[in-house]
Amino acid sequence: MGGQPAAELGGARTLASEMAALPDAERGRRLADAAREIRRSIVTAIDAAGAGHIGGDLSVTDILVTLFFGVLNVDPADPTHPDRDRLILSKGHCSAALYSTLALRGFIPREQLLTFMQPLSALNGHPNRRKVPGVEANTGPLGHGLPIGVGSAIAARLSGRGWRTLVVLGDGELQEGSNWEAAMAAGHRGLDSLTAVVDRNRLQQGARTEETNRLDPLPDKWAAFGWEAFEVDGHNLLALYEAFTRQRIGMPRCVIANTIKGKGVSFIEDRVEWHHKVPSPDQVRQALAELA
Amino acid sequence: MADHAPNRPGFDCRQSFAETLIALARSDARIVAVCNDSVGSSNLNGFQKEFPDRMVNVGIAEQNMVGVAAGLANGGFIPFVCAASPFLTGRALEQIKADIAYSFYPVVLCGMSPGMAYGELGPTHHSIEDLSWLRAISGLSIVVPADPAQTAAAVRWAVGADIPCFLRIGRFKVPSVTANPDDAFAFGRADLLRHGSDLTIVATGIMVSRALAAAEVLAAGGIAARVLNVSTIKPLDEAAIIAAARETGGIVTVEEGVVEGGLGAAVAAVVVRHAPVPMRILGVSGFAPTGDTGFLLDHFGLNSHGIVAAARELKG
Repeated sequence: MGGQPAAELGGARTLASEMAALPDAERGRRLADAAREIRRSIVTAIDAAGAGHIGGDLSVTDILVTLFFGVLNVDPADPTHPDRDRLILSKGHCSAALYSTLALRGFIPREQLLTFMQPLSALNGHPNRRKVPGVEANTGPLGHGLPIGVGSAIAARLSGRGWRTLVVLGDGELQEGSNWEAAMAAGHRGLDSLTAVVDRNRLQQGARTEETNRLDPLPDKWAAFGWEAFEVDGHNLLALYEAFTRQRIGMPRCVIANTIKGKGVSFIEDRVEWHHKVPSPDQVRQALAELA
Repeated sequence: MADHAPNRPGFDCRQSFAETLIALARSDARIVAVCNDSVGSSNLNGFQKEFPDRMVNVGIAEQNMVGVAAGLANGGFIPFVCAASPFLTGRALEQIKADIAYSFYPVVLCGMSPGMAYGELGPTHHSIEDLSWLRAISGLSIVVPADPAQTAAAVRWAVGADIPCFLRIGRFKVPSVTANPDDAFAFGRADLLRHGSDLTIVATGIMVSRALAAAEVLAAGGIAARVLNVSTIKPLDEAAIIAAARETGGIVTVEEGVVEGGLGAAVAAVVVRHAPVPMRILGVSGFAPTGDTGFLLDHFGLNSHGIVAAARELKG
C-alpha cells in the first residue's frame, strides 16, 4: 500500500534526513529555534500589514515548523519536483505562518514577508500557489484542503511514486461537511500516504468550538471513518515529530494536535477576540519581547 | 408543434464522449475519470472495465469529487470529472472556483446530461444555470459540443489543453451538424454553418440543429438567416459575433439554459459594445413544469417555431 518512499530531494543532505539522524535533544533545539523565529516573523508581518489571523498563526506554528524543518521531503530549489511531499494548508487564513515558514525554509526571500497583504503583493491574505513557491492549493474557503489531499494521495498510489500528503486543518473548519466526504473516501481507500493534522485550539472565529458546534469526541469521529487517529501535544515539537514519522499502518492518519490559539504571547493565548485582531505597537513590542 | 429535426438520426453525445476518452486513455496513462456514483450515467462502464484503477469513484460527494480532481492534477494526472451537470456545477461550485479555476489545475469538468435532459425528473435535476454560473468564474473555459463529432474533437482537445475547462456533454439525442468531421471543433472558434445576410441565429449545444431547421423555414419565407454554432462559450469568438452583427443587422441567440448570464448574455455584451443591433435571447425562464425533454423544449419555445417567430419579430 502507498508505494515506496520517494527518493530524497536535493541530494543526500536533505533537511529531513539530517533531522532524522540527530539526537532528540538537538532536533528539538533546532525546531524550537525555528519556531521562535517564525513566531516573531508572524507578529512582525501582521504588524506591517495591519491585518492577519494572529491567533491561528501562532497555534499552527509548531506544526508547520516540524513538518517543513523535520519531516517533508521538499526542496526549495525545486519546489514543484514531481516526487515532493505535498503540504496543503487547508486553514488558508493562517497564511502568515505559512509564508514565514516558507521564508525561513528558503522557498521565498525573507524580505518579501514585509509585503504581506500589501497592494499587488504575491503574499495575499490567503495563499496562491501560482505566486508563492511551496504552496500546493489556493485555500481560504474552509473544507477544501482535505479533498485535494485525498486526490494527491490517490495520485501517489496510481503513479507508483511514494510522496506523502499532509493536510493541516483547523478544528473549527471540521464543521464543513466536505471534510467528512474526504475522510470517508480516504478511509475507504486506505490511503496511508495521507496524514491530516488538526490544529485543535478549540476556538473558532466567534466562540469555542464546543459551544458552537461540538467536535468531541474527535478521535472517535476520525476512527469511525477508517482513520488511525490520536492526540498529541501540539506544542511539543518532539511529540509532533514522532507523530508525523510513525510507521504507516495501512490507513490514513489523523494527528489531532492539541494547541493553544495565540501560543507564545500571553495576552493573545486562548482568547477568542484574537482570531484576527491586530496588535497595537505596544502590544507588538510586548509580543516580540515574550518571543525573544 | 414538436420539432425533431426530421429525417435524420439522433445521437446521445455521451457515447462519443466515452468512446473517445477510452481510446485516448489507452495511449495516455495520465487520463483518469472521477465520478460521483455516476459511472453508468456518464456512460463509463467501458472505461471502468478497461481501466479499473483509473476510475476514481468517490461516491455521492461532489465537493470531494472536485477537490480530489484538483489533487490528481497536482499529482500529474489529467482528470475528467464526469457527473450529472446540475450536481457537479451546483453542489461543487466553490470547489470549481477555488480548487480548479483559481488554483488553475488543468481538470476537465464534464457536465453530463445538462440542460433539461432529465426532463420529468424536474428542476432539481435540470442544469440550466450552469453556463451562467461558470461564465462568472475567471480562468475556466467553457465548451458545449453540438454533436458527436464535436464531442469527440472537444475531448481530444481537452486532453492536451492543460487548462481548467468545462465540457457540457449532451444526453438529449441530436442529429449531426458538423460538415467536416476532420475539423469538427476548434477551441475558441464559432463555426459558420449556414450563410445568410438578413440576420444571424447564434446557437449552442442541442439547439444548433434546431437553429438550422429554423433557418430552412425562414429561407422558404424569404429571410436568409446565418447560423453560427458557438461551441466555445468562453472565450467567445468575438470576431465572428461582431461580423455577424455588422453583416446581418440582427441576432437571435438560443440556448438550453437560463437567459440570465449564458450564451445570450455573452453575445449581447459583445454586440452592445462593438456593433449594436437588435437582439432576441431565447432560453429557459423560470423552473420547468413536468414533462419530458422534448416537451419542455417546445414549452419554452426552444424549437424551430420559436426561433422562426423570434427572427420574424426581429425583422419587423
